[in-house]
Amino acid sequence: MGLTKNQIAKRIAQELQSGYYVNLGIGIPTLVANYVPEGIEIAFQSENGILGMGPFPMPGEEDPDLINAGKQTITPQLGASYFDSSISFGMIRGKHIDLTVLGAMDLVASSDNIIVAMMHTNPKGESKLRTECTLPLTGVRCVKRIVTDLAVLDVTKEGFLIKERAKGVDIEEIKRFTQGKLIIPDEIPEIQV
Amino acid sequence: MFRKKVDTVHEALEGIQSGMTLMLGGFGLCGIPENLIRALAESSHKDFCCISANAGVDDFGLGLLFGAQKVKKMIGSYVGENEEFERQMLAKEIEVILTPMGTLAEKCRAAQMGIPAFFTPAGYGTEVAEGKEIREFNGKNYLLEMAYASDFSLVKAWKGDESGNLIFRGTARNFNPLMCGASTITVAEVEELVPTGSLDPNQIHTPGIFVDRIFQVSRYEKRIERRTVQNT
Repeated sequence: MGLTKNQIAKRIAQELQSGYYVNLGIGIPTLVANYVPEGIEIAFQSENGILGMGPFPMPGEEDPDLINAGKQTITPQLGASYFDSSISFGMIRGKHIDLTVLGAMDLVASSDNIIVAMMHTNPKGESKLRTECTLPLTGVRCVKRIVTDLAVLDVTKEGFLIKERAKGVDIEEIKRFTQGKLIIPDEIPEIQV
Repeated sequence: MFRKKVDTVHEALEGIQSGMTLMLGGFGLCGIPENLIRALAESSHKDFCCISANAGVDDFGLGLLFGAQKVKKMIGSYVGENEEFERQMLAKEIEVILTPMGTLAEKCRAAQMGIPAFFTPAGYGTEVAEGKEIREFNGKNYLLEMAYASDFSLVKAWKGDESGNLIFRGTARNFNPLMCGASTITVAEVEELVPTGSLDPNQIHTPGIFVDRIFQVSRYEKRIERRTVQNT
């Protein structure tokens, strides 16, 4: 079984804390904005030049001068600001952004707090959590936590530490689909989404 | 103040020659100098080196230059959504250099601000760092990136005045202000060009000193790449 993409986003949303400036990458991370827990105040940054990104516009109110990094039309939140790309990446590189959920190379080079949202395997069923990367790297040892359809894992020097597992997913399944080294604690709670 | 206004896109592009390096503003199709690009695509010049965040789509934006086989080298950050570009890249008809987006922004800004090179953490330990000087500061590794050297900057602003002062709108700002003054000649196309003195000096994003030529275009397509709305 495992989590859907929306459930992965919902689980990551549990990591949000009030007052966070958050950069969301393209793909599953974008969905995180739909699950901000009630009472939590977040400012979303999109690296093409907006801090305080609000919801998608109502039909007929799309503005070609207002898009997110995924090139979708957006609206500003109250208190939003626009800026050029140098300031935008300076916000990230300068560690002013509190949390990054996946993202581009500049993001991974400088954030202290990066969560990756991804499926555990590729469409061929091969593990995406590996001992060594086979694709060109965009960053080196930059990710803190990974949320997949099967599990929540922390990236440690020793390997992938399983923190939580998806409902109905047992450890054997996680082991089968993880090529990299796993650290398996005695007790692994279920992901609550 | 000095008068930077020109009347036609052809005057705006005077001096452009084959083989030149061009900076082009915009992120996706947002804030691109769509009229300057179209005029270049229809011109007799070719073999350009283009510095721009993205490569446009097949039939709009920078894609028009690839469609007309005008580009010999592309320096950008994200180059999806364009089949002809992909074909030319895989057929090795064009050289492509992928650069982290924040680094690309800073290489433009460094050229604009008279800084020859700078250290950045982005790309350390990856293919981007190959052949570049690495230096450690406070226990962390950085790579040396050089400022771009470019002949023409082609940018798009929302409003401008005849002295070349520019105001951008929304996320159409992106790379445009960083490219102004970063090339030998900077050309700005604007939706609204007003007489000098009409804009509030407090609201200017880019001072006219960074702009050499400015012209107004009355009709903009401003295509939306991914129209996304709320479910109703």
